[in-house]
Amino acid sequence: MGKLIRSAVVMLLLMTVITGVAYPLVVTGVAQVLFPSQANGSLIAKDGKPIGSTLIGQSFDDPKYFWGRPSATAPQPNNAASSSGSNLGPTNPALTDAVKQRIDALHAADPGNTSPVPVDLVTASGSGLDPEISPAAAAYQVGRVAKARGLSESQVQAMVSMATTGRQFGMLGEPRVNVLKLNLALDGR
Amino acid sequence: MTTFDIFQVVLFLGVLLVLVKPVGAYMAMAFSDTPNGVNRVGGKLERGLYRLAGVRSDEQMGWRRYAIAMLVFNMLGLFAVYALQRVQQWLPLNPQHFDALSPDLAMNTAISFASNTNWQAYGGESAMSYLTQMLGLAVQNFLSAATGIAVLLAVVRGFTRRSTDSVGNFWVDMTRSTLYVLLPFSLVIALLLSSQGVVQNFKAYVDVPLVQHTTAVETVKDAAGNTVKDASGKDVTKQTTVTTQTLPMGPAASQIAIKQLGTNGGGFFNANSAHPYENPTPFSNFIEMLAIFLIPGGLCYTFGSMVGDRRQGWAILATMLLIFIPLALGAIAAEQAGNPALHGLAVDQQASALQAGGNMEGKETRFGIAASGLFATVTTAASCGAVNAMHDSLTPLGGLVPMWLMQLGEVIFGGVGSGLYGMLAFAVVAVFIAGLMVGRTPEYLGKKIEAHEMKMASLAVLVPCALVVICTAIAVMTPAGVAGVANPGAHGFSEVLYAVSSAANNNGSAFGGLSANTPFWNVLLGVCMYLSRFLLAIAMLAMAGSLAAKRHVPPSAGTLPTHTPLFITLLACVVVVVGALTFLPALALGPIAEFLMSVR
Repeated sequence: MGKLIRSAVVMLLLMTVITGVAYPLVVTGVAQVLFPSQANGSLIAKDGKPIGSTLIGQSFDDPKYFWGRPSATAPQPNNAASSSGSNLGPTNPALTDAVKQRIDALHAADPGNTSPVPVDLVTASGSGLDPEISPAAAAYQVGRVAKARGLSESQVQAMVSMATTGRQFGMLGEPRVNVLKLNLALDGR
Repeated sequence: MTTFDIFQVVLFLGVLLVLVKPVGAYMAMAFSDTPNGVNRVGGKLERGLYRLAGVRSDEQMGWRRYAIAMLVFNMLGLFAVYALQRVQQWLPLNPQHFDALSPDLAMNTAISFASNTNWQAYGGESAMSYLTQMLGLAVQNFLSAATGIAVLLAVVRGFTRRSTDSVGNFWVDMTRSTLYVLLPFSLVIALLLSSQGVVQNFKAYVDVPLVQHTTAVETVKDAAGNTVKDASGKDVTKQTTVTTQTLPMGPAASQIAIKQLGTNGGGFFNANSAHPYENPTPFSNFIEMLAIFLIPGGLCYTFGSMVGDRRQGWAILATMLLIFIPLALGAIAAEQAGNPALHGLAVDQQASALQAGGNMEGKETRFGIAASGLFATVTTAASCGAVNAMHDSLTPLGGLVPMWLMQLGEVIFGGVGSGLYGMLAFAVVAVFIAGLMVGRTPEYLGKKIEAHEMKMASLAVLVPCALVVICTAIAVMTPAGVAGVANPGAHGFSEVLYAVSSAANNNGSAFGGLSANTPFWNVLLGVCMYLSRFLLAIAMLAMAGSLAAKRHVPPSAGTLPTHTPLFITLLACVVVVVGALTFLPALALGPIAEFLMSVR
């Protein structure tokens, strides 16, 4: 038994060195050389300083910006230091209430818009950090943003198209619009 | 359900099936003793490890010795993870200065990672130092998966060896699984993930200015830590303006690769594979799903090749697919149908060219319905437990599928190694039932199945079932158990049933609303995870020992062939009937009741 325990201890140490030290260091080394931007958080830099990440959504409720997915993180929405979904069940009245409030907020910001709201714009994302909305959710907001900024709808629509990504390789995932990229472009940054 | 939804399932299974044979054949080579391409390259390192650890690689172990080596090795790993969490505040690579975890949480996490469950009662980016993630959690991701493969190899040897008392050498099986399979595959997957945007660095978290400031709302607490209430009994809240966002960093890609490949599932970040830094694109999502099924699928081929009849492996794989495909399509259809509670509101849940539609609560835009529903099915069919959507917010039927897949005993692909040995236990039960029908002694793969094998197979099948039913009952009858429930009504019961099903079948996914970081839940689920993982492994090793000692019985006219559609159907029925009979009453109180209420 003593010999077995000695073998087990040494084996655990050796495996820790291989899988817990060497392996992550090799991956870090290669990733930092081959994919430096991705491995460091896909940051958007302005004058050499990071001003956001293309992968991490920020929170918007000003009519002049496109709004992203609702976020259930605490204590503030889109808190990247504490990712989380709402975990509200489908029949929980709190979910229906939250959706109603979000519809009301959208209507208040854009009273003339009577089309039904795309579902992703009124439901919280899984991570609370979803950087993207569906093209339908962007189209729903084009009129409001154009009016708030004194731009024509076609001008805003053109910027939306630039921030839109199709299905990956034409067959994976969903088409989507990156909200932070779009809003930075609208601000001329 | 849209045609795109169906296409995603077909594409995923198509790519998987193309990979099963090469991966399975490679693993058969990597595990074998005969000189081959794999041990020519890695043999020197492998032998060096044995020398340092004082292991004699030619020593053949009986099942008891094999089991003891496995238990001791895993127990040491468990202690190491516990210790790291308790002293991380004094160790390096902790740029966010996280404190030690509480003893019950540290114990729960240590068992969770050593048992390949990877249930998480903590949030990675707000609790674990980089060092704990690397040296503790990631190492157990490798070693618990390697342990699963090792036990499987011993069980398969029980069928292939004749009149011997040995089932192999644990150290050799564990080392080869790690060095030749898990490590190289993880390396490739980690780099693919990193190319898509999964972070991989050792930097401190990065603060960025927000484009539009936002408001944080926190409840006010008094000196004793209790929330302050106003005159009308409402919580007093304090609002502060937030001007920056803190982006988490860390060596995530390396850990996420093995988390998927080893069917571990413990996320680097709290939101797991829903987090954009953990699963940034639809392609990374596809890789992560494929990684979950790659080894469990490939091992079916390895198994066929080891027993000298590849049809046996294909038959097992076909059984798994027979159950998996309808459940995957069912879950996606349920999610695509959307949430009836929102029907009266001005919400558009219809799928179109411009949106995925459906039930998007808890889902990410880039994955939509198809890639979320498929991921949820894959991660619970296999005992992975990584999630790319919040399962608590799935529709009643969409949530029933993952829950029931876990309750089937994690044998539809299942855990790395453990899924297949679990399925072999069901195969033994299936040939026994067939034997009862025709009145013959049952045989499987040339070995007579007798009382001892049946006892062990029954244990393996019934231990997780019993744990789920008993521990769910304990939890719902205890104030401390019910205290964690977040959602009202039938869904609240589902949260409890899901948590216990997940722990007692070593899955690790959750209906995350349940507040499981309490001493009650940490201990209850810790016990479930440990007993299920190791009792099962010991029962299967005991069966292997008794099988290895038997002579080979040549097939006769009365032998039931175990590679035919008839046997595949029989085996699938046994798995489904055991799962349905045991859990229908409980499911009726949870997801089924919620479904009936939601359609009214």
